[in-house]
Amino acid sequence: MKNTNEMEIVFDSCSANERFARVAVASFLTQLNPTVEEVADVKTAVSEAVTNSIIHGYDNEIHKISVRCRICDDKFYVTVRDEGKGIEDVEQAMQPMYTTKPDADRSGMGFSFMEAFMDQVEVESEPGKGTTVRMEKTIGKGRNLWTTQSL
Amino acid sequence: MKYQVQENCLTIFLPKEVDHHNAEEIRRDADAVIEKNHIKYVIFDFGETEFMDSSGIGAIMGRYRLIQLINGEVWAVHTNARIKKILTMSGMTKIMQIYEDEEDRQ
Repeated sequence: MKNTNEMEIVFDSCSANERFARVAVASFLTQLNPTVEEVADVKTAVSEAVTNSIIHGYDNEIHKISVRCRICDDKFYVTVRDEGKGIEDVEQAMQPMYTTKPDADRSGMGFSFMEAFMDQVEVESEPGKGTTVRMEKTIGKGRNLWTTQSL
Repeated sequence: MKYQVQENCLTIFLPKEVDHHNAEEIRRDADAVIEKNHIKYVIFDFGETEFMDSSGIGAIMGRYRLIQLINGEVWAVHTNARIKKILTMSGMTKIMQIYEDEEDRQ
């Protein structure tokens, strides 16, 4: 019997919701009994993806962003979707330090952070249609159950 | 933004969470103080900070660019393990010094 669960939230693309999104995802994640480090990893990755949608996808205009989470045993999947302007060249956008907005103090590290903190990151985008970021992380990889440890 | 100015040194006390939402305010306020007080050294105090994403890195990089024009320096203090990891991963440790005081160093 597989342990599965799902949730989806849709919210306005205002910067105050960056915090809301990562906290909501983190609290959904707690049912997998993650380590503090794993929660921080997922929160950072979600924050990066949502910030991208707000700043780049929607150019700071208010539209909807959807965040969908799915749990399947110890795998955690999170998808961040916007219907904004999309990315012309995904490969280039994912290069570390690449940014289209250097004057706005963007570091160009968003996708690098997502890749560093999650096991898998997939980006699907079409100019004019929007961007979907799919991320995956196995929770509790390095953690042994206390019952298996010798006392 | 909570901050303190001592001669040409600005200490910015960063909030609990540094993301795009509040990095904007830090950036705006810091630049105004830097210009007004002829700041050469900027210290980012992470004592209260539990979360930071790449927007925080952008904010540090931006202030570094500004003060390096007058040979200034950027410092980080009171960083926890998570913040240190973020700063190291993003290469920030190449442009800024992380200062640890004795009691943190165990």
